[in-house]
Amino acid sequence: MRYFGRRIIFYILTLWAAVTINFFIPRMIPGDPITAYLSSHPTVSPDAIPALKEMFGLNTDSSTWQQYVDYLGRLLHGDLGMSTSFTGSSVTDVISTALPWTIGLVGIATILSFVIGTLIGSGIGWRRGTWADSLLPVSTFFSAVPYFWLALIAIAIFSVALGWFPSSGTYDRNMVPSWDWEFIKSVIYYGTLPALTIVVSSISGWILGMRNMMVTVSSEDYVTVAQAKGLSERRVLFGYAARNAILPQISSFALSLGFIVGGTLVMEIVFTYQGIGFTLFNAVNAKDYPLMQGCFLVITLAVLAANIVADFVYGVLDPRTRQEG
Amino acid sequence: MSAVPEFTEGRRAARPAHDPVLEIKNLSVDYGYDHPAHALRNVSLTLNRGEVLGLAGESGCGKSTLAYAATRLLPPPGLITGGEVIFTDRDGTQSDILRLNDRELRASRWQDMAIVFQGAMNSLNPVFRIGRQIADGLQAHLPQMTKKEALERSADLLEMVGISADRLRDYPHQLSGGMRQRVMIAMALALDPQVLIMDEPTTALDVVMQRQIVEQIAELRERLGFSVIFITHDVSLLIEIADRIAIMYAGEIVEDAAAQDVYRRPRHPYADGLLHSFPPLRGPRRELGGIPGSPPDLANLPSGCPYRDRCSFAWDACAKIKPELTPTAVPGDDPRRSVACLRHQPLVVGAAGFEPQLVPEQLSLR
Amino acid sequence: MAIDAQILEDEHSSVATLDQPGPSAGRRKFLFLRNAKAMTGIVILGVFTLIAIIGPWIAPYDPSARSDAKLQPPSWDHLFGTTHTGQDIFSQILVGTRGVMVVGFVAGIVATTIGVLVGVTAGYLGGFRDESLSALSNIFLVIPQLPLIIIIAGQLPSAGGLTVALVIAVTGWAWGARVLRAQTLSLRKRDFVEAARANGESSWRVITSEILPNLTAIIAAGFVGTVGFAILSLITLSFIGISNANEWNWGTILYWAQAQLALQRGAWWWFVPAGLCIALVGMALTLINFGIDEFVNPRLRSTGINARSLRKRKIRPRIGFTPVVNEAKAKEDRA
Repeated sequence: MRYFGRRIIFYILTLWAAVTINFFIPRMIPGDPITAYLSSHPTVSPDAIPALKEMFGLNTDSSTWQQYVDYLGRLLHGDLGMSTSFTGSSVTDVISTALPWTIGLVGIATILSFVIGTLIGSGIGWRRGTWADSLLPVSTFFSAVPYFWLALIAIAIFSVALGWFPSSGTYDRNMVPSWDWEFIKSVIYYGTLPALTIVVSSISGWILGMRNMMVTVSSEDYVTVAQAKGLSERRVLFGYAARNAILPQISSFALSLGFIVGGTLVMEIVFTYQGIGFTLFNAVNAKDYPLMQGCFLVITLAVLAANIVADFVYGVLDPRTRQEG
Repeated sequence: MSAVPEFTEGRRAARPAHDPVLEIKNLSVDYGYDHPAHALRNVSLTLNRGEVLGLAGESGCGKSTLAYAATRLLPPPGLITGGEVIFTDRDGTQSDILRLNDRELRASRWQDMAIVFQGAMNSLNPVFRIGRQIADGLQAHLPQMTKKEALERSADLLEMVGISADRLRDYPHQLSGGMRQRVMIAMALALDPQVLIMDEPTTALDVVMQRQIVEQIAELRERLGFSVIFITHDVSLLIEIADRIAIMYAGEIVEDAAAQDVYRRPRHPYADGLLHSFPPLRGPRRELGGIPGSPPDLANLPSGCPYRDRCSFAWDACAKIKPELTPTAVPGDDPRRSVACLRHQPLVVGAAGFEPQLVPEQLSLR
Repeated sequence: MAIDAQILEDEHSSVATLDQPGPSAGRRKFLFLRNAKAMTGIVILGVFTLIAIIGPWIAPYDPSARSDAKLQPPSWDHLFGTTHTGQDIFSQILVGTRGVMVVGFVAGIVATTIGVLVGVTAGYLGGFRDESLSALSNIFLVIPQLPLIIIIAGQLPSAGGLTVALVIAVTGWAWGARVLRAQTLSLRKRDFVEAARANGESSWRVITSEILPNLTAIIAAGFVGTVGFAILSLITLSFIGISNANEWNWGTILYWAQAQLALQRGAWWWFVPAGLCIALVGMALTLINFGIDEFVNPRLRSTGINARSLRKRKIRPRIGFTPVVNEAKAKEDRA
């Protein structure tokens, strides 16, 4: 129980840190966001400056500390401000349209990659010195390539040359989002190539990690004991070896989530996939600060949430964590 | 050396006849695939039904290697390069463990022979409850057994080794060292094997726990009647509990005799040196010997007898002729005992053109 | 079982393992270079470093110079073809190498230094200082790096390579710090460290002469990993147009390729070479890390050529099923 307690405290701390960093971002950069806004929106008159300041939360009448407190207060109410590039929409609205796409695509692709990679890695780590060992350099090559380049190649081959898949978009532009089969088919169709690039690019990390752990665990005494008991090969591999080897993998999965988000961000840009990464990218280009902050905060929250889930899974799988100390 | 001879004398009355259950013949084991170290060279050993055979020697002499090679559990880069391991079942059928295919070997394991591994710390799977670890062995060999029955039997086994059954749902890290060792013993006895190999079961434990474990094993043997190969470097312990003792040196057996014979009338210089390395707890004070030098490098074995550099009775023949395990040359000795020393092979020595030497005074006590 | 196997293994392994750290860890470093994978990686990296240094001099054209040969496929004149404004892509790649390598190494050095300082201090000092430093590095670990880098870099108008390198370093040191802390913690309990402290050696000396030498392999692995990550991040930033588009690096090549719809135009030569270069450097770094991995954990050494000879002898090393062979040659040896 103490294990979970400590983790929760850690997450609250991280959340606070993320929120605070978020608060300081517009204040850290050189130049004045208000001027930047005015210059990119020439139709807005300078009289609107006080209102803009309010909107940006840059009201210089109150102290920074007061602004910070106000900011926290607004967050707790779910108010992330108004977007300046999507005039009229609140940041929350913009994000809530984009977020499900990212979670769907990235979530499914990452989990697929982890599961398949771990299975292959267990197989390779268990039976050493077979043809399967040559899979390693191949998958390493694919992981050394940046996500987006792989995406470009994938588009070049499968989209432009072969025409099997579309090169951009989240779903058929002529369709309206709804829960019918036609729409879902379209989503899957548009999402295949991006998902495939994610899986191919990230799978080698999991294969390698799992293989290394399997090799280490295989030389532990309890695996030999399992063989000595005459248990079936499958039982020894999965129950004794893989079950122990996977524990560090789950930790590293949790830790790499931040990195995974980064890669898929770019992938969304390449495929013009309307997820949160794409939204963030556009917000940066448009200097839409509220939206930028909102995206960053939501991404961090999502990573934190995934971390919590991974920690929980680890706690369930490893009984030693339930021991005090 | 703990001096409790009465213990062993009582058991000697019930010494079993020559009825082998496990015969290791000319087993050779290499370690390493490219430039191998010859860990075992033509080792032969017989375990009789109902007997406790002690296997003793220094670290690195190959005693554990022998046990694991005989059950094909030697980890990579171990390689068995020759020999047979014949297991004789209760109904008389014989099988060579080294020639069984995977399926047959898996079926035979744990039912015919079981091993209690050294270092119970690491021998239990940390993520499974101990009940499950005992039960899965049962279910693998008795497919008609349900999970419930398997767990019940596991509970019985735990009680048998003195652990309360409500520990069934504990994880290994929740048990103490002594308890984990007992779980290993319970696990090994689950299918009522005919041979139990125990690899240094008491080394990592304190003296009190050692005594308890040893008594537990003796009691279980009374009840279930299995044969034991007891591997340890503590010769004094073996003198108490073993019927026969085999002493190993540099990958070979150098002396194989009844426990009392090894204790009172050793024939090999190394055995003699070992026994005089322990101070007696009682009796007159005696000069403590040791054995100067250290065991040879198994990748670079000297020619002839591997012990000759440390032996006070070596002569020129020892560098040229390799001793074989033969009956002793001392008249009146038990014909079933053997020793690997050129002093007991005068014919071979003479045939090779060397002067045979007699067995030294202190090594031919009656 | 553990005892016998361990003794025989120790006698006959030709490369010492980090399982036995000690005062003379330095000499073992050079054995690591015999690893084929690591050597390949180092060679490739060396080639690119060389190009980084001499690139601008050996480039046949000025990478920004336009010409009339627009959008040409590879030819003897232009080895990698040309862009839509006639710029020579081969020269762009050569010149761009410097930007990439500089950023990579600067970020790697800065991040590793911070990581070593934080990690070793936390692991060695323990207690409250350890808790707070660990909390700090965990926070940096969880916060998603690329979005943060994008936001920060996007705000700095003249985000040159060096600035990006620093931003990458500041957001990416946490992983190494964590690993180093764990290792320092376990090393600290080792006898030789306790002995040094009992001798009255100052903490500083203990850290530099006893602990750091044993951490070399891990620090090296962390450095290599960070360099790889930094290069990828830089390329990514340049690609999406946030980093300075006037300094040439492989990412900017791809940026222009994307902007000019090279894909759709079928101008594969525009984006393939840049990507391959990134992949090669990435692979080189990964290979070096493999080498370090295998050096630190000898169990990971793949049998490689040995696998073939073992298969010929029909030996399959398996846990729990020791192979049995009957090699006549072996019998003769034993006579």
